[in-house]
Amino acid sequence: MTRQQTHKLAVAVITIVAAIVVIPIILVIGVVFWNGLPALSWEFLTQPPTNGMREGGIMPAILGTVLLTFGTAIASFPLSIAAAIYLAEYAGDTRLTRWVRMAIVNLAGIPSIVYGLFGLGMFVLFFGFGTSIVAGALTLGILTMPVVISTAEEAILSVPQEFRTVSLSLGATKWQTIRHQVLPNAMPGIITGIILGLGRAAGETAPILFTVAAFYLPELPKSIFDQTMALPYHLYVISTQVPGMPLEIQYSTALVLLLIVLSLTLVATLVRTRMRRRREW
Amino acid sequence: MTQPIISIQNLFYTYADGTEALRDINLDVPPNEVFVLFGPARSGKSTLLRLLNRLSDLIEGAQRQGTILFNGGDVFDRRVNVSVLRRRISMVFAIPTPLPGSIYDNLTYGLRMAGLKDRTELDRRATQSLKQAALWDEVKDRLDASAFALSGGQKQRLCIARSLALEPDVILLDNPTSGLDPLSTATVEESLFELKDRYTIIMVPHSVQQAARVADRAAFLLDGELVETGTAGDMFVHPKDQRTEDYITGRFG
Repeated sequence: MTRQQTHKLAVAVITIVAAIVVIPIILVIGVVFWNGLPALSWEFLTQPPTNGMREGGIMPAILGTVLLTFGTAIASFPLSIAAAIYLAEYAGDTRLTRWVRMAIVNLAGIPSIVYGLFGLGMFVLFFGFGTSIVAGALTLGILTMPVVISTAEEAILSVPQEFRTVSLSLGATKWQTIRHQVLPNAMPGIITGIILGLGRAAGETAPILFTVAAFYLPELPKSIFDQTMALPYHLYVISTQVPGMPLEIQYSTALVLLLIVLSLTLVATLVRTRMRRRREW
Repeated sequence: MTQPIISIQNLFYTYADGTEALRDINLDVPPNEVFVLFGPARSGKSTLLRLLNRLSDLIEGAQRQGTILFNGGDVFDRRVNVSVLRRRISMVFAIPTPLPGSIYDNLTYGLRMAGLKDRTELDRRATQSLKQAALWDEVKDRLDASAFALSGGQKQRLCIARSLALEPDVILLDNPTSGLDPLSTATVEESLFELKDRYTIIMVPHSVQQAARVADRAAFLLDGELVETGTAGDMFVHPKDQRTEDYITGRFG
């Protein structure tokens, strides 16, 4: 075999293997759409469940997930972005910051059920928030912190060093430089990280299991200290805990959850490409 | 010689890796002249320039001894406000680096960071500095256009204007024509002549030829040491030191 042929063969093999990666995601989305679309209707999206969840819609679960996602945003981002700014701009390389970095990496590796139990102990019981949206949002907030911190730090570090030097040379202070040069230019990356984190939070079941999710609660929450239904947990409940559950309702619920998570990812991608196109350096 | 605006005394500077960048530099810079620091690569010119307005603070682990007096005050004094110092001694870099934003944003950035909000004053400074940097005619109709849309030579004159907008006492130019074509270089050099009435200019030139063209006074640096300093007439016509003469006549470099 000549070198040319070896090259072609290698490219072909790599292409095929790469294509295989796409198959699972197409299958998952395809199966869920195929089975879930028929039962999807306006009523399904806007009505509470009835008859032991075997009929009616999933509106309280959708609303709960939306509320939790917003709450997660509020809980996670100020802290995450402050941490990212600190690590990227101020921390340097000391023993302490190496520990902080290691903690963040490990935080990303903790199983989500452990977050759930931590949330139960910390927010539900110790802080006395009870099983509530606050407790759930805080738990999910901690869960999203590693991904938001690391993407935001990367975005901050990718801002060209010359902008910092020029800004400082014109008499700006370090904080002014961060505020007026670094953060605006890092924003696309930070926003991407935020939305990816939210996408993860919206789909998690275990962390909300003990902290916020209601098994069956057709009324809507009246305050942030109320419980709420949420899509991932609702899906788990109707798939395993309710006998005689119609399959198409399960698939439709999965479809709605999938659409929410996918649309968050899509928004992240759009924001990133749009803002990157506007960037001129 | 008139009272120097900058006086460097017994200055030593060593980088964190042990490289001795400057050794026992003593130098007086008189006001309202073009002062040129020249010498071969790695002779310490840029390092010296960055020490003058303490951009050297950004370099970690370096060691400094000696003093730099600016209008009689030590720039390394703990009580010095570095932001104020950098507005008085302003730097233009070798590679023209506009900040993201419009031409106007760039011109007024330093002033806005200093807390100036008065729109008329910002406009006045922007206009005046563009005229001083010989860029006004080319951009007066598009101050809101992105600074990145300018050509290389225009960008560098914008960077000069951006420093001038601060109305500093001293302008540091670190090889400001390195990336420019001969025509843009000539435009930048011409603007320097106009500026020295109001400013003191300390410049690392692109070449010995440029040094000879623009300098009123010059200092020759070699391996971190000051070999010789004097007026341009003396330095480029009758250098006292053999090494200066060898470098100027192109025997090494």
